[in-house]
Order: sequence, then C-alpha cells, then structure tokens
Amino acid sequence: MQLSPGEWQAIWLTAQLAGLTTLILLLVGAPLGWWLARSTSRWANPVAALVALPLVLPPTVIGFYLLLLLGPQGAVGATLQALGLPHLAFNFWGILIGSVIYSMPFAVQPLREAFAAIDARLLDAAATLRAGPVDRFIHVVLPLSRGGILTAVVITFAHTVGEFGVIAMLGGNLAGETRVVSIAIYDYTQGLNYDAAHRLSAILVGFSFLTLLTFYAINQRVLAPIKPN
Amino acid sequence: MPLLSRFISVIGLTALACAAQADTARVAAAADLRYAFTDLQPLFEKAQPAHKLELILGSSGKFMQQIDNGAPFDIYFSADVALPKKLVTSGKAIAPVTAYAFGRVVLWSVKVDASKLTLQDLTQEQFRKIAIAAPDHAPYGARAKEALEHTGLWAKVEPKLVFGENIAHTAQLIDTQAAEIGIIALSLAASDTLKAKGGYYLIPADYHLPLEQAYAVTSHGKDNAAAHAFARFMTTPAARQVMVKYGFVLPGETLSTNAR
Repeated sequence: MQLSPGEWQAIWLTAQLAGLTTLILLLVGAPLGWWLARSTSRWANPVAALVALPLVLPPTVIGFYLLLLLGPQGAVGATLQALGLPHLAFNFWGILIGSVIYSMPFAVQPLREAFAAIDARLLDAAATLRAGPVDRFIHVVLPLSRGGILTAVVITFAHTVGEFGVIAMLGGNLAGETRVVSIAIYDYTQGLNYDAAHRLSAILVGFSFLTLLTFYAINQRVLAPIKPN
Repeated sequence: MPLLSRFISVIGLTALACAAQADTARVAAAADLRYAFTDLQPLFEKAQPAHKLELILGSSGKFMQQIDNGAPFDIYFSADVALPKKLVTSGKAIAPVTAYAFGRVVLWSVKVDASKLTLQDLTQEQFRKIAIAAPDHAPYGARAKEALEHTGLWAKVEPKLVFGENIAHTAQLIDTQAAEIGIIALSLAASDTLKAKGGYYLIPADYHLPLEQAYAVTSHGKDNAAAHAFARFMTTPAARQVMVKYGFVLPGETLSTNAR
C-alpha cells in the first residue's frame, strides 16, 4: 500500500493533534476530575454538565461557535490580533482547542470515576505517615487510578483521531495545518477518488480496532493484581 | 510542520515563516474546477518554476464564509461572480475580479447513457431520485432549478430531488447511484474520470441565467507573488486552452462539446 507524501502529512498531523490533545487533557482533566469526584460544591453539577456537553452537542455546533469566537471577528481572535498574534481560525492551534473541548468528556469522565473509587482513608493513612500531597498523589492516587488514566489516554487519543465535524467547520482543509486524515478522506470522496479514500479509511479502521484491542488487553492485565488471588 | 516551528511562529516570528513560504499560493477553488486545475497546476508550475500552488477545493459559498472569517487563502475562484465581488467590497479581496468562464450544466448518469436523453426524460419512472446541488447556496444548483422551471418540469420532479452540498458532492450522489441521474457541471462531466463512467447531455444555455464565474486575489494574498502570477497565468492562451477543454468558456470562445 503506497501512501503519497500528502497522505503521510495528514497521518502525521492527525497523530500530532491527537497526541497534544491527550497530553493537554491529562493535565487539565486530572485536577478537574479530582475536583468533580471530591467536591460537594453546588457548582460541581453545572461544571460536570458543561464538561459532558460535547457528548450530546453536534460537532457542527461546537465548530460553529469556536469559529465565531476564535476568528478575526470573535472576542478571542480579535484580542490575539490586537496583541499582534494570529487569530486561531483555520490553523493548527484552533483545531487543537476544538479537539480539547470536543474530547474533554472522554478524558474527564474516566479520571473522575477512578478518583471517586479511591478510599479516602488510604489518603488519610498516607498523610499520618507524613506523606506530602505530591507524595500521596504519586504513590497512592496514581497507582490506584491507573486503569482510569489508561482509559482516558486511549479513548481521548482515539476519539480525536476520529474527529471530523469540528475540524471541518474550524479548519478549512489546509495541508499540513488542518487537513487531518478524516478531512482528507472527505476530500477524496468529493473527487470520486474512492481508491485513495479506501486506503486512508482502511488505515483508520485498522488503527481504531488495534487501539481498542490493545486497550482491552492491557486493561485486563493492569486491573488483574487488584483481584484477589 | 514540526511542533517547534509551530511554537516559534506563534511566539511572533510569523513574518519569517511567511517569507519562507511566499512562493506557494493557497488556491481556494470552486468544486467544479477540480479536474481542470489538476491539469493546470503542473502547467503553471512548469511555466513558473519559482511558484507553487496548493489547491483546496470546495463550495464557493463555504470559501466565501471562510475568507470572511480570516482563512489564509491567497486567491479565490468562485462559481458565482457575485461572491468575490462582495469580498472586494468588504475589503477581504482586491480588485480586479476577473471572469474565467460562463458555467454550463449537464444531465449526467452512470446508470443510463444520459447523452441520449433530455430534461423531459426526468419524469420517467426509472429515475426515482434526481440529484442537483442545493439551489439556495450552490450556484450550479440554482441554475439546475432554473432549467427545470424553464422546461416546466420543476413541480413534477421536485418530489424526486435530492440535494448535494456542492457540485462535487452532487456528482458523488450520482456516481454512487444514490440518485439514478442528476444535473452537474459540464466541467466535471467532461473530465476523463466522469466521462469513463457515463455520457452527458448539455442543457441549453438559454434555459437558465448565465453563470458567470470569476476569481480575485484575496487581501491575505496581496503580497503573494505566486497568487498574482497564477492570476496572470489564467489569462494566457495555454491556460484558456485547458479551461475550454473542460467547458469553461468565455464569450468569444467556442465550446467543443463532444456529447452532441
């Protein structure tokens, strides 16, 4: 199966987008998930609903509002331009922001569940043994929530690879900048170039299946030691 | 683009990055130009080795909206002259707006030989779905609707219509036989790819309003040498020859239809 330089570029761009989205969502999602799992604030439910919104909204709605917000006439885009920076519509940074928002529930939800399952008494016990907050996080929270973290990473990455609508609205199909694999496939079908569309689609099907297969296999192993004998 | 250079460009060295890419023009082209421009691009890049083109194909209306929202296209080819004119008025594109063709529509099918049909045949029962581009925002869709109205067929075929987002999507609906037949751009039907799949019937030009198509360099591309070079190249005999081959004719040029 021969891939053109343009197709490699789309694949590499997709990998960069999904990788960065996953990294950002781990950093943002961990404290957010922790807060949602532990908070008794009356803001916890509204925030949880806000985070889950991309699950039910059509991607076109998210893409449309982000385009208005991040473009040269939007509040964010106009502010950036006033500071001498480029606005964020139709470039990589714009679709990265879109992807972070669109995939957020897929990172926050598993983290929240994993954190909620941690027995508070273990943390208290660690604290009485004079473990600081960082120490407790690394040696108690991380090992106990590794299943949730793995789920968050895999599902966020895979979900971002499978993204189309937000990028179609916000990206503008620019090679090396916003033309990810899903957009390239759409472009091929518009040109009736089904061979090329098949090629890229088959890669996505294979990648997605292998990712999920690996995920289930690892998840089984990761969780295994917790089971009694 | 590697990650590092993304960071650098955002930190403010955008000018540097742009200077390095000044010889590439991003061309936003109406979907009906796909095959003609695929032929034209190598001709242009051979004639002007210093310049490169990056083609982005889609609906004229979508590009207009994207340019309005700051999309970094350097030159814009629209299936409807009104759109680049609007951009010039709003300061998003720079004059002149140059006509490159009067678009023609055809009846096309991969199921039957459409070259033996006329619009009247659309009432036949074998045509359960008929594809046209969305008339409210796709220029070719509006012309298809006018042709159907002109022949008194609109009311009869309207229940059978399905709408493509743009003219390439409309061709795709017919090609996949989601619709047995439909009305698409001559420039697509005259391409080798589509000709190999089915014949076409050229709908007379006086059945619909003229579809004047035009291009303009955008404000984003005003300092882009490749965009200006391509705009000039489009008026050369070599470029016109390719355009005419795909049915993109201007007044004074002869349409060489091999269908009939």
